[in-house]
Amino acid sequence: MAHLELDDVSAAYGTFQVLKGIDLSVARGETVGLVGPSGSGKSTILRVLTGLLPPSSGEVRVAGDVVDYSRASEIRRLRDRCAIVFQQYNLFQNLTVLENVTIAPTKIRGRKRAEVQPEAEALLARVGLSDKLGAYPDELSGGQQQRVAIARALCLKPEILLLDEVTAALDPELVSEVLDTIRGLAAEGMTMLIVSHEMGFIREISARVAFMAEGRVVELGSPADIFDNPQKERTRDFVGKILRH
Amino acid sequence: MELFDLLTYYNVLFLAQDALTTLALSAFGCVLGGILGTALAVVRLTRGKLTLPLRGLALVFTEFFRRVPFLVTLFLCFFAFQFGGLEVSTLTVGCVTVVLIGTAFLAEIVRAGLQSVHPNQWHAAEAMNFSLLQTIRYVILPQAWTVILPPAFGFFILFIKDSALASQIGVVELTYVGKVLNNRGFSAGVTFGTILVIYFAISFPLARLGAKLEKKLGSSRTR
Amino acid sequence: MDYTFQYGQVWPYLPYLLSGAWLSLQIAFLAFCGGLLIGTACAAMRSFGKGPLLIVVNAYVIFFVNTPQLVQIYFLYFALPDMGIYLSSYMAVLIGMTLNAGAYLTEIQRAGFESRRRSEMEAAEVLGFSRLQQVRYVILPHVAKVLFPPLSNHYILMTLGTSMAAIFGVEELTGRALNVNSQTFRSLEVFSVVALIYIAVTLVASVLLALLGRYGFRAKMRVV
Ligand SMILES: Nc1ncnc2c1ncn2[C@@H]1O[C@H](COP(=O)(O)OP(=O)(O)OP(=O)(O)O)[C@@H](O)[C@H]1O
Ligand SMILES: [Mg+2]
Repeated sequence: MAHLELDDVSAAYGTFQVLKGIDLSVARGETVGLVGPSGSGKSTILRVLTGLLPPSSGEVRVAGDVVDYSRASEIRRLRDRCAIVFQQYNLFQNLTVLENVTIAPTKIRGRKRAEVQPEAEALLARVGLSDKLGAYPDELSGGQQQRVAIARALCLKPEILLLDEVTAALDPELVSEVLDTIRGLAAEGMTMLIVSHEMGFIREISARVAFMAEGRVVELGSPADIFDNPQKERTRDFVGKILRH
Repeated sequence: MELFDLLTYYNVLFLAQDALTTLALSAFGCVLGGILGTALAVVRLTRGKLTLPLRGLALVFTEFFRRVPFLVTLFLCFFAFQFGGLEVSTLTVGCVTVVLIGTAFLAEIVRAGLQSVHPNQWHAAEAMNFSLLQTIRYVILPQAWTVILPPAFGFFILFIKDSALASQIGVVELTYVGKVLNNRGFSAGVTFGTILVIYFAISFPLARLGAKLEKKLGSSRTR
Repeated sequence: MDYTFQYGQVWPYLPYLLSGAWLSLQIAFLAFCGGLLIGTACAAMRSFGKGPLLIVVNAYVIFFVNTPQLVQIYFLYFALPDMGIYLSSYMAVLIGMTLNAGAYLTEIQRAGFESRRRSEMEAAEVLGFSRLQQVRYVILPHVAKVLFPPLSNHYILMTLGTSMAAIFGVEELTGRALNVNSQTFRSLEVFSVVALIYIAVTLVASVLLALLGRYGFRAKMRVV
């Protein structure tokens, strides 16, 4: 049974149809890469999976449980299981690095501070930020903020991690810091859905890659299939442009 | 000189006391109005069908008291108490009026402040299962208060001057005292000149303080 | 608390009240226009003037912004006669409101002028705009866009502020409400009807101003 499944999922912003019947599944412990041109709806899929945008039709299943988006309790449960790292990090600007990581476990889930804090410190140490615990987001570089966002998501102990363009805003040197962290998670068996423009990285880390365009999954396959031997015209077009860079 | 006659011990006391009433009236309206206004602002940010009637009420309340003149609201409150058969002092009527109006205006100021925080802060909190109140308390208000405070303070200063209207139903505040002294035979020029100066002495330092506050908060980071 | 509302006695006075509302609108409009002239002149002087004139302008603005309009009008109406200047209540109110508006609109406009962006002007200069073209195509549209919302907001506040005229016996909307009240003693009915008229009048003004602002000046405005 797949860990995460989207079955003919459509979603719209107002009347603007963004997702037009997405079928996608991620097995337990698998890493799936999501690639495609800008505006194709990659971020929107992740918004649906965190309940920020309810789908207009179709079904989302987590470990076989169908998510009923009309019930607040099910959306809460979905958010407990899937954690997201946003494209723009979205760190809380009024909180320090450590507070950003601990606030949801302590204030929202009601766990003990004494218990959460060591975990948070360990996670931040793991992403190489032990010396920045008291810093505020606007005192950090983009790559550091990105890693705080990853630690914040991990401290929620999610089953599934959703990563949106984790490297988009980073310069090449910082990219490797973040990617190392994600490689580690993949090795530990975290179920992950990763959106990225970093084709080399997607290729290396993903078991399967989904190519999206205009709100549909155009092609799905192993990285080698998608990047070296694309079947569809649209995919060839995209891959061709990417590889020429 | 007539001015010295006016400034007898008794009259000065009279004036000082009523300057205090003026200040207290607007401070009361702003503090209580700020609390109630924040509640209204939060209500207006809720979503879903459940709170729709509440949202509608909050909207009607804020629009009503922001679009009816102070004086008319004052009369409405005055007569509402009278016909309701409640024996209350005119000061009470004044207090109720300033709270109603303060609530409506501050609700809009607070709402604008809350909405000024970047949407991605709301999204992040929502994705981590923060409730609306938790989001506002832990994330939004700590960032929005620097945006809210300067206009709220500006409103407070404006309100001090508006409360001059409360003299119309006989609330003993500065303007009322002016009328009383004028009736006692002091010339209008001296009486109202003095009252103007007293208002100025209250409002001007506060306005300077407000400008400083705005500068300081504007340059500080949001936390 | 068993008050029964009887609007029947108030309805016949509706045309009377509405023509009072018309007078309110006139006062607000005249005072706003006068205030806008004064405010523009003063804002220009604050930006470019110096010496005694600047001091006078500053004193005027600071004084009028920091004292209540009501007491200002009291002063005009009751104190000026001692100096041999007699103003009708209507004129006292109109002059008082105009002077008050002038001071506030100076402040508002100065903030607007200060907001014009250096980078845009530099871009215009690089593109070879003349000084006049810069004003016409870059500065004015931007200043108008920034100024329009706070100016409309002040206009609405001034419409409400006209109710002060009633205190001096001017028969605008609130003044007429007081008259009707003393004839019918249906106070709550009269004042609730009057409140609704104020709401209707300012709502219409807000909608029109928001439309004008949006389509005329590309200003971000909303009504509620
Ligand atoms: N809040 C919104 N309201 C309306 N339309 C939106 C909103 N957010 C995104 N869209 C539209 O939805 C479409 C898909 O957006 P999405 O953010 O999912 O794209 P994406 O694939 O993540 O692109 P990118 O690679 O640039 O991040 C775009 O056409 C975008 O304009
Ligand atoms: Mg995106």
